[in-house]
Amino acid sequence: MYTQGLDQQGPANERREGVESPADIAAFQARIDAEEKIEAKDWMPAAYRRTLIRQISQHAHSEIIGMQPEGNWLTRAPTLKRKAILLAKVQDEAGHGLYLYSAGETLGTSRDEMVNDLLTGKAKYSSIFNYPTLSWADIGAIGWLVDGAAIMNQIPLCRCSYGPYARAMVRVCKEESFHQRQGFDIMLKLSRGTEKQKEMAQDALNRWWWPSIMMFGPSDTDSKHSALSMAWKIKRFSNDELRQKFIDVTVPQAEFLGLRVPDSELEFDTATGHYKFGAIDWQELREVIAGNGPCNRQRMARRRKAHDDGSWVRAAARAYGDKQAAKKAAA
Amino acid sequence: MNSREWPLYEVFIRSKAGLSHRHAGSIHAADDQMALDHARDTYTRRSEGVSIWVVRSSAIVASDPAEAAAFFEPAADKIYRHPTFYEIPEGVENL
Amino acid sequence: MNKELALLAYVTRLGDNALILAQRMVQAVTLCPELEEELANANFGLDYIGQARLFYSYAGKLEGKGHSEDDFAFLRDAHEYRNVLLLEQPNGHFGDMMAREFLFESFYLLQLDALQSCDDTGLAEIAARAVKEIRYHLRHVSQWIVRLGDGTDESHARMQQAINDHWPYTGELFSADAVDVLLRSDFNGPDLDVIREQWQANVAAVLSEATLGKPDDGWMASGGKQGRHSEHLGYLLAEMQFLQRSHPGANW
Repeated sequence: MYTQGLDQQGPANERREGVESPADIAAFQARIDAEEKIEAKDWMPAAYRRTLIRQISQHAHSEIIGMQPEGNWLTRAPTLKRKAILLAKVQDEAGHGLYLYSAGETLGTSRDEMVNDLLTGKAKYSSIFNYPTLSWADIGAIGWLVDGAAIMNQIPLCRCSYGPYARAMVRVCKEESFHQRQGFDIMLKLSRGTEKQKEMAQDALNRWWWPSIMMFGPSDTDSKHSALSMAWKIKRFSNDELRQKFIDVTVPQAEFLGLRVPDSELEFDTATGHYKFGAIDWQELREVIAGNGPCNRQRMARRRKAHDDGSWVRAAARAYGDKQAAKKAAA
Repeated sequence: MNSREWPLYEVFIRSKAGLSHRHAGSIHAADDQMALDHARDTYTRRSEGVSIWVVRSSAIVASDPAEAAAFFEPAADKIYRHPTFYEIPEGVENL
Repeated sequence: MNKELALLAYVTRLGDNALILAQRMVQAVTLCPELEEELANANFGLDYIGQARLFYSYAGKLEGKGHSEDDFAFLRDAHEYRNVLLLEQPNGHFGDMMAREFLFESFYLLQLDALQSCDDTGLAEIAARAVKEIRYHLRHVSQWIVRLGDGTDESHARMQQAINDHWPYTGELFSADAVDVLLRSDFNGPDLDVIREQWQANVAAVLSEATLGKPDDGWMASGGKQGRHSEHLGYLLAEMQFLQRSHPGANW
């Protein structure tokens, strides 16, 4: 159950949290190895809790910030049907952020704390959303590539060892399957359209391909969180495995669209059955994560403004709610 | 922690008549009416429900996992409470 | 104007109202005061886009010239739009948006309710579908009027100002022109005088619960229903229509 209140109820639980005996840790790992789900009130190592809070809240922030690049085209969607589909998709992202914040709250943090970490820059979100959406084709490319990459990452999370996170991800993945398809559908329409539309589609692929590939994170040899997350079954496949899988399924789709993947070294290796691809510019990823992507400042400024502009509304609703509760209690 | 955050509510949805309400997730709301609206807008976007319950998370009383053994294991050896415990003689029907 | 043209004009107006309000809601995406309200705003926007599509498709059928819903939405200029001025006003803050939706939907619900029993079955069917959506919106929005009116001193002042600012745009809702008159006489359409009375009573009840004052009816803006708009509409349409305008005939 997604209940923050429950987590903080048991003093017995807190007492035991302080001492991490080897026996407790071994028993915990045995449960994980037996594919048992860990639930909110169960004992867990502090590092497991911290890792989850970090990952779940970053995931939630990514959904929320991820609304912006697509939201950028809501007012300019080319047909009413496309406008409705895009709005439904952006709304789903808000919903996914909400499910994930709820899952994070079961670990004893509050949404306010998580949001505050985002607004102060302490918490990160997916670097992909720091790239701009410059044409309508970018909406197609995001759905097709970014959501495609996200789904590869997210499906294994449905089996994550932490119950509330796994349940949230089941819901997210169920709803997300339409996102990738609508993106591909936009690309298909454009690639079968006028010359200008085809150019638009190719330009979007050119700009979104490498950032999408980078979404899987650093190479396994450089990924500092991977090993422990794998042992805890928070993560089930390595960054490089997922990246390769994504490239293998996506390249034929690009060919179907008649678009050229912007990687001159891309080549199918019949021996391994996988595509070989060119070197990734990790310096670019580091820059974007450090805050120097094309849109980092813009995204954060918009989120902060919305948060600040809404504070009087949230305070008023809370004050009204308190008044109502007091009236009810007095009656 | 900011005490002015809107309280947390748990949301239970009946997906169709004849089924019981099931826990769907949680939302924040400043009052009970708002909680119902938020539950509707968050958890029934794809026609998932015909009825919604919301309850303040703080109002839920839960069992403690530390006491799970004392709470649940005594029921495990009472296999006679399950119908499959009994052998039914041949020729007896509708039992 | 004959009765067929009046029906076409009336249905187009309904589509224009729905679309312009939807576009304003879409502009508020990612700017809502809390995540849950983000979902609510998007739901309402989706309802309005859906209604606009139904009204425009029906208008295209009535017109009989092969125009699609997108032709109505994307290829008409500002002076051809017939939405009321209230809906094209810029979003302002959350209280402004709530005031606009509350004042409009208090009217629109009554309008749709009456249209359910009008003599044109096509229009009556769309109204029957839309009325359920708007009944829920109005409930949600009315609660916000009460919360903000009866919340803090700051929210009370902001909400009162928002109601005052939008009030002069409500007169247009009830001023019947030739289209309204023909729809009433030839299709058993809504009686705007009756609706105005009910609207006044319903709005007054919510404002009173919200501890807000009901403004006096003074000067009222008008012209939207005749295609004379505020400056805001041109920008709204320029943004909304640009892809269709710069790629004539393309499929999306």
